[in-house]
Amino acid sequence: MSSQEIPEDKHLPSEQGDAHHGGVAVADDPFADPGLPVHKPRIQDIDDRAAKRSERTVAMLFTVSMLATIAFIAAYVIIPVDKIVYIFPLGKVSALNFALGMTLGTALFCIGAGAVHWARTLMSDVEVADDRHPIAAPADVKAKVMSDFAAGAEESAIGRRPLIRNTLLGALAMVPLSGLVLLRDLGPLPEEKLRKTVWAKGKLLINQNTGEPLRPEDVQVGSLTFVQPEGLEEGTHEFQTEIAKAAVMIVRIQPDDIKDKRELEWSHDGIVAYSKICTHVGCPISLYEQQTHHVLCPCHQSTFDLSDGARVIFGPAGHALPQLRIGVNGEGFLEALGDFEEPVGPAFWERG
Amino acid sequence: MSTATDKRKAPAGERVADWADGRLGIYSLAKANMRKIFPDHWSFMLGEICLYSFIIIILTGVYLTLFFHPSMNEVEYHGSYVPMQGVMMSEAFASTLDISFDVRGGLLIRQIHHWAALIFVAAMIVHMMRVFFTGAFRKPREVNWVFGFLLLVLGMFTGFTGYSLPDDLLSGTGVRFMEGAILSVPVVGTYISFFLFGGEFPGSDFVARFYSIHILLLPGIMMGLLVAHLILVFYHKHTQFPGPGRTNNNVVGMPLLPVYMAKAGGFFFLVFGVIAAIAAIATINPIWNLGPYRPDHVSTGAQPDWYMGMPEGLIRAMPGWEINLWGHTLVLGVFIPLILFPLVLGAIAVWPFIESWVTGDKREHHLLDRPRNAPTRTAFGVAWIAEYIVLLIGGGNDMFAQYFHLSINAITWFVRIGFFAVPVLAFIITKRICLGLQRRDNDKVLHGRETGVIKRLPHGEFVEVHEPLSQDKLHTLTSHHQYTPAEIGPTVDENGVERKVGAMEKLRVKLSKGMYGEGNQIPKPTVEEYKEIQSGHGHH
Ligand code: HEM
Ligand code: FES
Repeated sequence: MSSQEIPEDKHLPSEQGDAHHGGVAVADDPFADPGLPVHKPRIQDIDDRAAKRSERTVAMLFTVSMLATIAFIAAYVIIPVDKIVYIFPLGKVSALNFALGMTLGTALFCIGAGAVHWARTLMSDVEVADDRHPIAAPADVKAKVMSDFAAGAEESAIGRRPLIRNTLLGALAMVPLSGLVLLRDLGPLPEEKLRKTVWAKGKLLINQNTGEPLRPEDVQVGSLTFVQPEGLEEGTHEFQTEIAKAAVMIVRIQPDDIKDKRELEWSHDGIVAYSKICTHVGCPISLYEQQTHHVLCPCHQSTFDLSDGARVIFGPAGHALPQLRIGVNGEGFLEALGDFEEPVGPAFWERG
Repeated sequence: MSTATDKRKAPAGERVADWADGRLGIYSLAKANMRKIFPDHWSFMLGEICLYSFIIIILTGVYLTLFFHPSMNEVEYHGSYVPMQGVMMSEAFASTLDISFDVRGGLLIRQIHHWAALIFVAAMIVHMMRVFFTGAFRKPREVNWVFGFLLLVLGMFTGFTGYSLPDDLLSGTGVRFMEGAILSVPVVGTYISFFLFGGEFPGSDFVARFYSIHILLLPGIMMGLLVAHLILVFYHKHTQFPGPGRTNNNVVGMPLLPVYMAKAGGFFFLVFGVIAAIAAIATINPIWNLGPYRPDHVSTGAQPDWYMGMPEGLIRAMPGWEINLWGHTLVLGVFIPLILFPLVLGAIAVWPFIESWVTGDKREHHLLDRPRNAPTRTAFGVAWIAEYIVLLIGGGNDMFAQYFHLSINAITWFVRIGFFAVPVLAFIITKRICLGLQRRDNDKVLHGRETGVIKRLPHGEFVEVHEPLSQDKLHTLTSHHQYTPAEIGPTVDENGVERKVGAMEKLRVKLSKGMYGEGNQIPKPTVEEYKEIQSGHGHH
């Protein structure tokens, strides 16, 4: 077979090697391809003792691997799963994890090291050249394929009977719709769900630390208290989903320091309640700076000013935290005066 | 094969092979491939690292499925990790604790799985860079480039879904982040979110749903792409760097059997061994320190796995723009980062197609470029990496702020400006460096290698002795091809009829000038120049 050459385009710069193929240097072209360099023998190729040494090294690596596997099994059997040991410089670590990982690692590594050493020192390292052939088929092959295809298409009569073709295309286009429809029950429709939380008029504010309802006098200046609505029970799915919207934080601010008029109205005696869910992408806010009344979301550092309607003063959040209107009931406990007036958490298309 | 004269029975191995050949045709397959030639270069091992870490991930992942319970049912923990006794948590979290504390070797396998995943994505990016900077993506390998890029994208999502499965505080925060991002999509965002989570976030479905995506859907697609990727590497035959005896029409290296097989097979064990050792000494994702997910709790310093740091940087640096109009909200502050994520990632993926459009080169390329010899391409690649790094810094802005005692504000502004400025700077600087290196190569070719030996000339001047390069070197340094910039050509044809030049054609010519025009590449020395200078040297 005469080797097919990769075709060259005339108008493009020439590739290396096309003028002097086969590595014959043209006498007056100093840049010509001199061809493959001659093979330089390694020490193992000429010195039998060196080759023997390599052989021993490879065998030793494989042997170490076997020993490491035995050590792995022994460690698995002997070391209790909960044993903690101090290993410098790692500190306190699980003894079993350390032993299993190191023995497994050694067993694997030595197989690899042995194989690579074997390949590098003892297997032939003579470089050989193989020909490449163009990926694209020669013209006659292409012609044959085209005529075969034309024959097939002709025999199917698809070109002559467009009615079949068109109805087939229609059927194929429609059949995936069933699959799409089947996805409908993946979940309910959003409806108003993102607008409502379990907060309602009269719901007590429960301190998440103590599990008790809060009185105004429990709320100290300068501290951030996390609260949840009464009646939410931990350890259920409903809890997870509801708390994702209903988590609230309260702080006490000197009423004179409250800059926002509505905030003051919705507060009780300087106690303000805000959604704890960041309006950026929904992380819970966790840090409070008492001098400035700033709260910070740890996820992307959005910062809100609780003394000024919780407006965003830094970071990627797009709008203020929603405020919960609170008051005090007949028994002197803090209660909500209704649900949030706007959706809590991240913004969405229907939020408006 | 047994002949009439060959009476003895063939050895067992041969008989098995005969059996298989009669059914599978393995001899013809082996004839073409057993002694297939593979060129050798350290950078060709990067693809292997991807392959091996993927295999390790599959092996360890299957083991984990034997113990992991993909359920969000709330249970009370009673395993052997004392600090969590009696805590309510999802079964997913509880079973992850069990794998870590009650299954012997479970922690090791978990850690190998996670480390291998991090190394997998990192190796893919580095492998992609090697393919990019050497121009290995050129015809006929564009399709394989696309397969590879899809593997990278799928790898990132597989990592993200896996990371979310234990339902711990950190991963739950990441899922919330994703939900918030989905909500920002105009018109359909809330619907997608409700369908994905089976209702409101977090609901009780997402772990089970992510599980089937993580262990079946995405790995299944990746497996198919990976096999196709490797078949194409075989079919195209590997590229090689230019050098004596290496042409566009041959492939020089060592045969698959035995050398390449031993090296590649051995390398698998090396990679696996190293990852096992890392898993033995370096804790990763200690979910027991974090606790189970609660939507109202958060750990400080919430950080995703590194490969998600890029979108994280986008979302942190973006100003919180929100537009309220006609009762609807356009959450640009989140939606723009969501769109930029695939755009930034995809910028590198489309380059090969832009380049081949600009050059109009339809030939096959099997010889790799040295990065300096394609200055514009190299500069673009470095600009892309620079952009990626800027965003990674943005993604870890709190950590950087703490570590370098800077304000987060300063870092955020650095990222906002750097997003636009750093890639441009990186582009300009890289291009200059490439051109400088090209000049240096030219010098070497024309004047020889600096020997460090100083010679005093008769008239007292000191000069460094230059030793002429060997023909091997001369050939290697001059064998790259250089494009000539495209021209618009005459706008009036021979019959005097005006020819319309389209806007696209004008753009192509402009780009071509920017890539191959004067000042954008240093013309390589010609034989005449070389000869003239060499004969000139004789006069000294
Ligand atoms: C699952 C992930 C991947 C695996 C297992 C993988 C594996 C490999 C292997 C073993 C090779 C041959 C050795 C080498 O050149 O390094 C290769 C070559 C190649 N890979 Fe990948 N790769 C992956 C991802 C990627 C990515 C992300 C890209 C780029 C977007 C890519 C593009 C290519 C190309 C174009 C080649 C041919 C290179 C040549 O012949 O010089 N691959 N890949
Ligand atoms: S979620 Fe709070 S700043 Fe991003």
